[in-house]
Amino acid sequence: MADARFELRSATFRRERQASWRELEELLARIEASGLEVLSHDELTQLPLLYRSAVGSLSVARAISLDRNVVQYLTGLAQRAHLALYSGRRRPLEGVARFFRSRFPALVRSFRIPFAIALASLLAGVLVGFRLTQRSPEHYYHFVDERMAQGRTPASTTASLRAVLYTDKSNPTTGMLDTFATFLFDHNARIGITCLALGFAGGVPVILLLFSNGLTLGAMAALYASRGLGSEFWAWILPHGVTELLAVVLCGTAGLAFGAAILMPGPLARLDRLRTRGRDAGLLVLGAVPMFFIAALFESFFRTLVQDPEARWTAACVAAAAWAWYFARGPRGAER
Amino acid sequence: MAPNAEPGPRPATLDVTTPEGTVLPFVQAGLFDRLAALAIDQLLILVVTVLLLLLVIFVFVPTLGVHALSFFLFTNFVLRNAYFPFFEMRGGGSTPGKRMLRLRVISRDGGALQPEQVMVRNLTREFEMFIPLTVLSAPRALFPDLPPWAALLCSLWMLVGALFPVFQRRRLRLGDLLGGTTVVSMPRVELLRDLAGEPTPQSSIGRVEQDYAFSSVQLDQYGIDELQVLEDLLRDEGGVDREKTLTAVMRKIEAKIDWDGPTNDFRAQEFLSAFYRQLRRHLEQKALFGVRQQHKRTGRLRRGGRGSG
Repeated sequence: MADARFELRSATFRRERQASWRELEELLARIEASGLEVLSHDELTQLPLLYRSAVGSLSVARAISLDRNVVQYLTGLAQRAHLALYSGRRRPLEGVARFFRSRFPALVRSFRIPFAIALASLLAGVLVGFRLTQRSPEHYYHFVDERMAQGRTPASTTASLRAVLYTDKSNPTTGMLDTFATFLFDHNARIGITCLALGFAGGVPVILLLFSNGLTLGAMAALYASRGLGSEFWAWILPHGVTELLAVVLCGTAGLAFGAAILMPGPLARLDRLRTRGRDAGLLVLGAVPMFFIAALFESFFRTLVQDPEARWTAACVAAAAWAWYFARGPRGAER
Repeated sequence: MAPNAEPGPRPATLDVTTPEGTVLPFVQAGLFDRLAALAIDQLLILVVTVLLLLLVIFVFVPTLGVHALSFFLFTNFVLRNAYFPFFEMRGGGSTPGKRMLRLRVISRDGGALQPEQVMVRNLTREFEMFIPLTVLSAPRALFPDLPPWAALLCSLWMLVGALFPVFQRRRLRLGDLLGGTTVVSMPRVELLRDLAGEPTPQSSIGRVEQDYAFSSVQLDQYGIDELQVLEDLLRDEGGVDREKTLTAVMRKIEAKIDWDGPTNDFRAQEFLSAFYRQLRRHLEQKALFGVRQQHKRTGRLRRGGRGSG
């Protein structure tokens, strides 16, 4: 047995290093409480050095020390320091702003194919619904369910159909517009998120959902067109519809992309594919949520306050142009 | 032999390799910790909502009229949806609830946790929590038009999303899966006194080591596992029946290593400290020469000979 009076090698090691561990621990406690910004310039330059020394100590301790407490302590310390150093703490608002400034439009551009499929499903629904209802008005009852129709059926008079398009400003419910907008928003945002969730079933329900929404819209348009109100109907729908339908299509795009990641993982493992593609799909829905909000505001305020069909058409065109500009602008190669 | 030996299999870890090449094993958080953190966060949200409602009723309704309702709805929407992303981005991956339970969200690739990842992992929260709750509380409300058997099947399918974390080792939520994140448990470990460092205060190092000088054959009987169990035992200073346990452990060691020196029930602490110190020196030295003896040897030492088996 070696001479017992000499200090253990691991004890010496600990005695020499522990001051720097304590120092790092103190810095970390402050960072975790109130962010990297609270450190002074000197402390900030100290931090990586202390971190590297702690990680080094951990390696050494694992090799030479059988003191479990020291190894556990150093592991925790190194982990905390690692997270503090390598998670560039961004301000939440800044991150959100960056996302909408560049990442979201770029993301939409990168999903061109599923976007085209989603848009095509919706438009196909509109066309089919329109043609079928035009040919035989009874089809209207298949495409538009009662709750949605709210009395607008082929049996209604032209005057009552027209009345829906133009609100009487003296109507006492006008005061509740903002409440109406909030309800609409909540409702629509949920539909969008459902679209993403449906992606789990391989994307087929997404196409169906878009198509059937299209059918409803098409059938209604056909009904109004048959009374010579076609243009006025679109003027009523489109100012908010441009934004809302675009957001629905984007959610559908996300659902499709998600489904595609499950069905066709390509060269990657399914989980890895889901991770990269799924994250992007989720972000797409996230970007669509404020669009629903904007649409809901338009739907309840603009529609009631502006009655002139021409002004409504102008607004619809402006909205379409604005979205086209937003999604198409920006350097295409620059983003990651 | 010690009451606080590590029980069961080791928990799942996420091994992150630092740029320096050191592996940091992050321990995955358990389901119940996460549920508790969620409950705390939801409770906070509820409290704020109620306060907000009171504010709206008593301050805004008299002044703003019907607009107060939409103000409330909108603020409530923002509160419900921004709470988690906000705190997870700002608080280094912890909401107040997670912070209390020492949980943190980290990126599964070990890199920086991006704001996007946080947003995505919280996107599915509504879907994962409220739909299953509806399924459980009012299953008929969700699918009113379906025949009962189809509604049951659909409801079960809806539950799958919520139960996702139960079925795999890493305890990932759907949101974690999408965002590339995971929740780890980071209990605070204090740096405690080195049991082999400074000599015990009541006796000088010389005397203890003289009284208890173990031979290397005797020390060979035990491995690293036993050393660390002994470490836990010695550190557990407020343990129940401490004296009894220490004495029992001492007697066991005595029997195993065939110790014939003087021992005394009241000196168990001293004996075990000395044994710990010498065993650690012995094992550390062996480890330096490339022999990491993990477990104890079977059987007992016989007087004047080596252990059997």
